[in-house]
Amino acid sequence: MAYLQGCYPLVGKEQIAAGVYSYTVSCPEIASQAKPGQFVHIRVDGFSLRRPISICGIDAENGLLRMVFEVRGRGTEALSLVGQGQKIDLLGPLGNGFTPPSGQPVILVGGGIGVPPLLELAARTGANATAILGFRTASAVILADAFRAHGCDLRIATDDGSEGYHGFVTGLLEEHLAQGVPGMVCACGPMAMLKGVVGIAEAYGIPTQVSLEERMGCGVGACLVCACKTVRDGREVFAHVCKDGPVFDGKEVVFE
Amino acid sequence: MSCLKVNLAGVTLKNPVITASGCCGYGREYDKLYPIERLGGISVKGTTLQERQGNPPCRIAETPSGMLNSVGLQNPGVEAFLQNELPHLKSRDVVVIANVAGSTVEEYCAIAERLDSSGIDLLEVNISCPNVKEGGAAFGTSCTSAAEVVAQMRRRTSKPMMVKLSPNVTDIVSIARAVEDAGADAVSLINTLLGMRIDLKTRRPVLHNNVGGLSGPAVFPVAVRMVWQVASAVKIPVVGMGGISCWQDAIEMMLAGARAVQIGAALFTDPYTPVRVIEGMDAWLEENGVSDVNEIVGAVRPW
Repeated sequence: MAYLQGCYPLVGKEQIAAGVYSYTVSCPEIASQAKPGQFVHIRVDGFSLRRPISICGIDAENGLLRMVFEVRGRGTEALSLVGQGQKIDLLGPLGNGFTPPSGQPVILVGGGIGVPPLLELAARTGANATAILGFRTASAVILADAFRAHGCDLRIATDDGSEGYHGFVTGLLEEHLAQGVPGMVCACGPMAMLKGVVGIAEAYGIPTQVSLEERMGCGVGACLVCACKTVRDGREVFAHVCKDGPVFDGKEVVFE
Repeated sequence: MSCLKVNLAGVTLKNPVITASGCCGYGREYDKLYPIERLGGISVKGTTLQERQGNPPCRIAETPSGMLNSVGLQNPGVEAFLQNELPHLKSRDVVVIANVAGSTVEEYCAIAERLDSSGIDLLEVNISCPNVKEGGAAFGTSCTSAAEVVAQMRRRTSKPMMVKLSPNVTDIVSIARAVEDAGADAVSLINTLLGMRIDLKTRRPVLHNNVGGLSGPAVFPVAVRMVWQVASAVKIPVVGMGGISCWQDAIEMMLAGARAVQIGAALFTDPYTPVRVIEGMDAWLEENGVSDVNEIVGAVRPW
């Protein structure tokens, strides 16, 4: 795994929902190495810690990376104020991405701001992918057209039923798997959702890869703060989201 | 080019910049950005006799101009360090400082003995980790127990010993003097300052360990003050750390009396900080007509 750090221009900026921004950064050196599910660690002026943001789209040919993030606190708020044309300090690409077997059906399950990290995987799996995406409400739905444009079979769930299936992605996933479809589940979203997704998939004998989130320091595996409990060789150990993940085999993750 | 070489307890560092324990693992991660040979030294992740899992997450909280951490000495243990990490470090031209911790005097001694025949250049005795319940800081907060650990270890190792001091004490100078008298070859300071943050929504501490160690630019003036006080009181070399984020900070720390500096939390903001510090320091020395970096050590002119 190689990564690098540099300051790169923000060439595209768009607000795609309330508090949700899509940034396109011209960073050929990083884009050429990036893989779906990896992340970049972004420095925000005035803050000690970088913000880990998942990669949403990779255009290696044109040297572009797309990141979609939600304003969650003061750091991401400051990040949302960066103007088009200004430079952003990126460290990346970091972590291990999704690695579904190629040419096989894949089921992408995303919740809220966990949806963007699945988009590049959708781009690469196209019609082999079923995307089950959950949001709070219709106005919070993001990237639906982009998933459709990649040829995915797209199913949307909203907590309040204002669009698509009324309920959680776990309900839709269960319906889908009950039809006996094969494949691997690749999921990203809140821990409670991931726990449900892994449980259902396991019941149907379907393998899973899940992307986790934890408060992070260095982003490269040096400081060991982003611990998450996993089972390796039959014993519980703290793995680290930045270096061992962010994508883990669902079987390895200890959900509490 | 000015001479950047410094000597720490008989060990020569090509420059006075060391990456601080717990912030750079065993050197592998930042080696992907720049060759670790650029560094004067690496202080490796705090190592204990047996493997430690560390504290449950959350282990980090951002603070104004800094951060709290409570990793809790997660490490694979001394045998794994010797087998899996030391060989690659020894194959590189960089001073290797083994940061060690224990929960009993005997553990400190056993690890010192185990490392005595290894290729490490220097021991850094961590008697100041604020994040583990047993030991660590408990030894570093009383002159008697700090001296006891150092004196016992002294009998079990011929490696130069640098003792890492806690700022969470009433009088750091008396602790520094006590470890000097007990046989320490150098002291490094400061470890992190004990702190806490609370989440308003959940009313729970942000850190699962409730409390953690504060580092980053916020602690820099405290560190400079303590380095100055300690350097004025002991004869052994002092290594200064705590919130250094640029070459100006590093020079300030050396003026206060530090023979070398360690860089920690700043790596997380800018992983190139050590390289920028070395280059900036070199340029400043040159500009100011200082031919040897040792000339600025303790050169502050107090009122």
